[in-house]
Formats: sequence, C-alpha cells, structure tokens
Amino acid sequence: MLKVVKSGFYTTIQDSGRFGYRAFGVPISGSMDSYSSHYANSILGNDRDCAVLEITMSGPELHFQEPTQIAIAGADLTPKLNGKLISNNQVIDIKFNDVLSFAGLRNGLRCYLAIKGGLQSEVYLGSRSMYNTISESDTINVGEEIYYEKSPSNSIKTYSNLKYDHDLLSTKILEVENGPEYNELPQELKNKLSKLQFKVSKFNNRMAYQLEPLMSNTLETILTSPVLPGTVQLTPNGNLIILMRDCQTTGGYPRVLQLTERSLNIISQKRQGEKIFFRLTN
Amino acid sequence: MGFNLKYSKFNSSSILIEWPQSIDQNILRDILKFKKSINSHYFKLKVEVINTYTSILIIYDFTIDNFNDEFLTLKELYSSLSTIQNFDSKLWEIPVCYDDSFGPDLIQYSVTKRMSKSEIIDCHTRNLYTVYFLGFLPGFLYLGGLDPKLNLARKKSPSLNVKKGSVAIGGYQTGIYPQDSPGGWHVIGNSPVELFNPKQSLPCKILHGDKIRFYQISKTDHERIIEEIDSNAFKLISIPHHA
Repeated sequence: MLKVVKSGFYTTIQDSGRFGYRAFGVPISGSMDSYSSHYANSILGNDRDCAVLEITMSGPELHFQEPTQIAIAGADLTPKLNGKLISNNQVIDIKFNDVLSFAGLRNGLRCYLAIKGGLQSEVYLGSRSMYNTISESDTINVGEEIYYEKSPSNSIKTYSNLKYDHDLLSTKILEVENGPEYNELPQELKNKLSKLQFKVSKFNNRMAYQLEPLMSNTLETILTSPVLPGTVQLTPNGNLIILMRDCQTTGGYPRVLQLTERSLNIISQKRQGEKIFFRLTN
Repeated sequence: MGFNLKYSKFNSSSILIEWPQSIDQNILRDILKFKKSINSHYFKLKVEVINTYTSILIIYDFTIDNFNDEFLTLKELYSSLSTIQNFDSKLWEIPVCYDDSFGPDLIQYSVTKRMSKSEIIDCHTRNLYTVYFLGFLPGFLYLGGLDPKLNLARKKSPSLNVKKGSVAIGGYQTGIYPQDSPGGWHVIGNSPVELFNPKQSLPCKILHGDKIRFYQISKTDHERIIEEIDSNAFKLISIPHHA
C-alpha cells in the first residue's frame, strides 16, 4: 500500500487514458505530459500504460508499506526520500516505511511518480485515470491507501541509460499544424498566430489552457464538431484555448491549430505567465 | 451515397471526414452507415470512430505513416456502401417533470416566448427527437428536432450549477444534463432517469441514431422514479424504431 499523508496541490492517478468511450462523451484523460509519464515507467521496466501519480505544482507526502522501486520524471519538485534529496529520472529502491516528500517546485509544473508494476487502483471504463464523474474521486485524498504489488529491492535491472529529453521542460516553441478551420482565418490573424508570443493565462488546468492576449476574431462559431487534446480553439471574443487531456469530445468553436503530441507535453509543463510561440509545420 | 466528403489529417494519428455543414437526418444516416463500415473494416485494429452532426473522426492507436493511402482506402470504402437504408434504432420514452421547482427558467422562458406553460410542454413533448451524437459531458445527447417555436438563444452568461437531469433549451437544441454542470441553456424541467453510468461497460444505453420522446410526469411520479432507480426497479423503456 501507498499511504497518502499529504495530498499535495493536485495529485491524480493517470495512465494512458480511456480509449473507446468518446462516443459516449467520455474524455480520453491520461497523463498530461505523456512523455515524462512513459519515461518514468520505462526506466522501471514497466509497461508504458502503467498507472502513475501525476503530481502538480506541490507534492504529496507518501508512506510506502511494501518494498518496491520507483522513478520520478517531468517537473523538478525537489523530491526527498526520508528527508534526503533524490533525483528525477533514476530508479530508486524503496524499503518498508520509507517516506517520499517534495520540498518545492523548481521547474516545470507536473511530475510523474511511477512504481514498479504500476498503481493497482480501480479501473473505470478501461482506465485508472481519475476524472470527475467517472472515477470515484478526481484527486487522491489524505488517508487514502493505493495498492501496488510488492517488489523486492534490486529485482530489476535498471533501464536508466534511457536519456530524458530535458528540452521538453525548457523550450517555448510549440509545433502545431493547421486545424480544420485554419484556412478560414484572415491572413493577418494567421501571421499573428505564427509571430506573436503568447502567455499562459490563470485559466489553465487538465481540461484547457487559455492564452493571452486576446485576438481580434471575425470567425463565427461552427456546428458542434469533434475536438482532440491539442486542438486550439478560437472563441468569438478572441480567446485562444488549447484543449488538454480532460477536454470535451466535441466543441463549437473554430479549431484553428492542432498541437503535436510533443507540444501537448511541453505546454503541460507550463505555468501561468510562462511564454510560448507557435511554429507551424505544414 | 453521393455526398462530397472532405478527408483531412486531424493529428498524426487521426483522420477527419466532413460532410456538408447542416443538421440533416439524411446526413446522419449516411454518417452512421459509413461509420459502421469503417468499424468493420478496422475490426482487427485499435481504432475509435466518433461522429458529430457533419463529421466522422477516426482515432487510431498508432501514428499514420501515409495519410493519402489511408484516404484512398476510406474513399473506396465509402463508394462501396450499399444504398439500402437499413437502420435499427430505438425509440426511448423519457419522463420529464415540468414543475416550476424543477424548471427554474420556465417562468422567464414563458414570458419571453409569450407562450403559456402548457403550450410549451405540449410543444416540447409532441416532437420526436433524433440523437445525433453524444458529447459535451459524458452521456450528453445532442438532439435534433426541436419545434422552431421553442427556439430561444442561450443565456448571455451561463448558470454556474445546472442540476443533474435538467431538461433545457438552448437555441434550436434541447437536451438533458446528465450531471451537475455549468450551462447556458434555459432549464424548463427535470428528468429523473439516469442517462450515464460509468460502472457499466455500456455506460449510456441511448446512442446516436436513436429517437427520443419526452412525456410529462408529476412531481410525485418524479420522486417515485428516483426511488425506483435507487432500488434498481426502474427500467427505461425503448421500442424498436425504423427510420
């Protein structure tokens, strides 16, 4: 068992998400930064779809009740094991009663804690990803115990020679492609989208990231149509909205750009006020 | 079937197919037929096919190497669709209580529309609605077929908490909120039925292509149905429907 002593600002269980339920209006969900989540699983030799903790901004305090191995990847939240600093991107042996805590965010926004064999929390509609109204709770809670399989120390060889792509945490460039309504934009707005520097607004969460500044928009809303994580919508009042992993399955705002998977991971690590640029690749 | 479709890349692992932009049952029928054929074509692969009023989105579990090849395959599939209209859909009877206590916007709506409460209820329960697709929230049905007389532009600023089961009108659309949520539509009633249950592998029984009719129930009926749902005694009734 993994005992939650402090829950942190916003800590959820995530895996690769819910495939096959979008026709019922169910979002895909899954790790916001899929790269870091997969990386943490990979260096433990886990399947990349294993459930991990997605830790946002400030970390939880966790007590391990069984020996295992863990790995942390993504943002640097200053992880500590029994009060001693440990590093991201390494396999770390855990003994009975070990305490994992986090001393503060240094860069990025979300880190991923993978445990050997994956968290064995309840599966809802084919996934362990937490989402309000699908899973019992939308975050982990103080006092909760999350099950994992015991794994005696040094039972696996390490895979930590896999190199972590640190550029993901520092780059400001989001590679994007045209969205379905891109060509309806006036040339002036197209130019602005590829030249302007945008800022992450305070409205940013697992569903969507709004950007600043507002654009001057003349596009009408569209008939409700499919959207995906990474779709950039433009609202009638000129708000640019990047849809994230918990986004709705359909939307009625023009879809002007589409982020690549890597760009989606990059923006997931950005906080309010951080700057980004779009780079069109087609 | 002869619609001129547009095929495009949506992202590295998904393809968007678009029909002419209009809410039309003939388009829906064409979409659902193509969707069925796409699903059976890809039955060996992990693929998700969703539709809206005028689109199909195919989401693959892998990166597509050559989009043009895939477009060609899909175009061939579309041109080989049979012209026989053969659709199994269901008609669902949905109970709605139009009591003021459940329809916080009903009085204002009635004033704005200059229609009496009973006119509104008659109008809302008379039509047969078509389920075009599900979206917005898990279990939210996009319905077509609202009487144009009931059209009212959505609220300027959305209500922060629309109650689960709320039956509402927004523009030319009507719908049922499957859970508590913010929403900008005018709430005229409430349905006690459970539209979405994540504990079941088929979390929503009502699907795209199905039909819906609302029928009026009293406040006492509403309470009784809620109790029956809690004790698993209520069954939503559907009858086969041929379009």
